[in-house]
Amino acid sequence: MRDPRWLPWARWIGLGLLGLFTLTPLYVMLTSAIKPLRDVQGDFHWIPTTITLRPFADMWRTVPLARYFANSLVVASVAALISVIVAIFAAYAISRFRFPGRRIFSVTVLSTQMFPGILFLLPLFMIYVNLGTALGVELYASRTGLIITYLTFSLPFSIWMLAGYFDSIPTALDEAAQVDGSGPVGALLRVVLPAATPGIVAVAIYAFMTAWGEVLFASVMTDESSRTLAVGLQGYATENDVYWNQIMAASLVVSVPVVAGFLLLQRYLVQGLTAGAVK
Amino acid sequence: MVVSATSRPGAGRGPASPGGPPPPGGLWRGVAGRVPARLRRVSLPYLLILPAVLLELLVHLVPMLIGIAMSFLKLTQFFLRNWSAAPFAGLDNYRVAVDFDGAVGRALLHSFLVTVAFTVLTVGLSWLLGICGAVLMQGAFRGRAVLRALFLVPYALPVYAGVITWSFLLQRDSGLVNHVLVEQLHLFDERPFWLIGSNSFWSLIVVCVWRSWPFAFLVLMAGLQNIPHDLYEAAAIDGAGWGRRLRAVTLPMLRPVNQVLVLVLFLWTFNDFTTPYVLFGKSAPHEADLISIHIYQSSFVTWNFGSGSAMSVLLLLFLLLVTAVYLVATSRRRSDA
Repeated sequence: MRDPRWLPWARWIGLGLLGLFTLTPLYVMLTSAIKPLRDVQGDFHWIPTTITLRPFADMWRTVPLARYFANSLVVASVAALISVIVAIFAAYAISRFRFPGRRIFSVTVLSTQMFPGILFLLPLFMIYVNLGTALGVELYASRTGLIITYLTFSLPFSIWMLAGYFDSIPTALDEAAQVDGSGPVGALLRVVLPAATPGIVAVAIYAFMTAWGEVLFASVMTDESSRTLAVGLQGYATENDVYWNQIMAASLVVSVPVVAGFLLLQRYLVQGLTAGAVK
Repeated sequence: MVVSATSRPGAGRGPASPGGPPPPGGLWRGVAGRVPARLRRVSLPYLLILPAVLLELLVHLVPMLIGIAMSFLKLTQFFLRNWSAAPFAGLDNYRVAVDFDGAVGRALLHSFLVTVAFTVLTVGLSWLLGICGAVLMQGAFRGRAVLRALFLVPYALPVYAGVITWSFLLQRDSGLVNHVLVEQLHLFDERPFWLIGSNSFWSLIVVCVWRSWPFAFLVLMAGLQNIPHDLYEAAAIDGAGWGRRLRAVTLPMLRPVNQVLVLVLFLWTFNDFTTPYVLFGKSAPHEADLISIHIYQSSFVTWNFGSGSAMSVLLLLFLLLVTAVYLVATSRRRSDA
C-alpha cells in the first residue's frame, strides 16, 4: 500500500494552514504582552518594535489580579478535589458492580452534563439569595457558593471519565486483592487507585481547568471580593483606555499553568476524553 | 504488579486519604459484625454512589425543580428576595415566550434562529477541520508530536483567554485582522467593524471554530487509530487508491465516533455562552444574539426570572427533543448499514 506522491505536499499545505489558523492568535498574545501601550493602540505590527516587560509588572496594579488569582485557585482546586473524591467511589461502583439502578444512574449523570448552564443559573441564584434572606447563609457572592455551582459540571464528567479509566483496569487485579483478604473497598484503595493514579490526576486537572475557565456562573455569582480571573480580566478595559498589552500579559500568565498541565497529562486526558466517543 | 501493589498496602491508601473522607475500609470493618454478608454485598454499590447521588440531587435536581417552579411564577424584581410571595402565573411566561407577534417572542425566535445557523456552521466547520487535521496527521513524519500538541493548545487554553485574544485581533483600528485584510491585502477600502453589525456573526463562528476544532481533531484521531490496518491493506489489494480508501474505509468506520462527536459538539455549541459574552461584552450584537446570552440578558436586564426560567425550560425541552431524534435516527441508520 503506497501513499500517493502528492500526499506529503498536501500534508504540509493542509497542516500549515491549520497551524497558521491555530497559532496566529497565540503569537499575537505572546508578542502583544511585551509591547508598550502605544504600540498596541495604533495600527498592528507583526514584529514588536519596542520590547518591554512592563505589562507583566503593571498588570498586578491595574486590577487586583493577585486576589482574582487566589480566588480562582481556591475555587477551582476545591471544586476539583471534591468532585474527584466523590467521583472515585461512584465510578468504582459503576465500573465494578452490576446493581439495579446502575444504568439509570450513569445515564442521568451523563445527561446532566449536557444540560445548558443557564438552566441552573437562575434557580441557583434565587436559592442563594433567598437562603441569605431567610437563614442568613451567605452563599451568594461567596467562594463556597461558587464551588457548589461548579460541582454541577465537574462532578458528572469526573464520574464519567473515571468510570472509563476503571473499566480499562483488569478486574483480575481486584480479584487477586480480594483473594489476599481485602474487601471490595480495600481492593479499590490498594489496587485500583494506584493503577488509576494517572487517570485520576488527569480528571482532577480537567476539572480544575473547566472551573478555571468558567465565565457564566462567575459573572453572576461573584462580587469584587470573590471575583475570579475569568471575569476579573475584563477590568483592564476602562472607560478611558483598554490596556491590551496588560490583558495579553495577564491572559498569558493565567493560561500557562493549565496549558502546561494539559500538555503534560495529554495522553491520559485524551484517553479519558475520547473514551466515551470511541468505544 | 499484583504482588507489588498488595505488598505495599500503604501506597494504595496514599492518594485517597489527604482531605478525603476516612478510608471506608475502616468504617466497613466496624459495621461488618452486625450486617449479614449478603446484605453487605448488595448494599455496597449503593453506599459507594450515595455521596454522588446526594450531591447530584443538591446541585442538579433541586435547582432544576425550582427552575421549573419559577417558570410558573410571576417572578419579577419585586419578589426576587422573597420568592414565596410571587404570584402564580400559570402558563403566562410560556405564552409570552412563544407569542411570536409580541416583542419578547419575536426576539426569542430571532435568537433561536441565529443560534441554529451558528451551531450548524460551527459544528460543520469544526468537524471538517478536525477530519482534515486527523487524516493528514496519519503516518509517521518529523514534527508530528509537536504539531499535535500545538493544535491542542486552543482547546487547553482557558476559554476566556483565547476569546479575549481574538477580540484584540478583531479590533477595528488596532487589530491584526484588519491590518492583514486592509493594509496588506487591500481587500477593503475602509476598515470593517468585526465586533458589531452583521460581521459579528461570522466573527463568532471563526472564534468558536478555532476553539472547538481541536476537540474534533482529538476524537477523530483516536477514532482513526482504532481502525484495523488490515482493512486498508485489503482495500489497497482490491486496487483502491488513497481517495477511495478514505471514502470506502475511513469514513464508514468512523461513523460511530462521528455519531457521538457531532452530538457533543452540537450541545456545546448550542449552549455556548462564554464566547459571545467575552467577545462582545455585556451587550451582544443583534446579529450574534445566541440563545444562552439572550436568556441571560433578558433575565438580568429586566430581572424577570419567571420569564427567563420559562425560556430555559423551553431550551432544555428543545435540546432533549433534538438529542432523542438524533440518537434514534443515527442508530437506525447504523443498524441498517
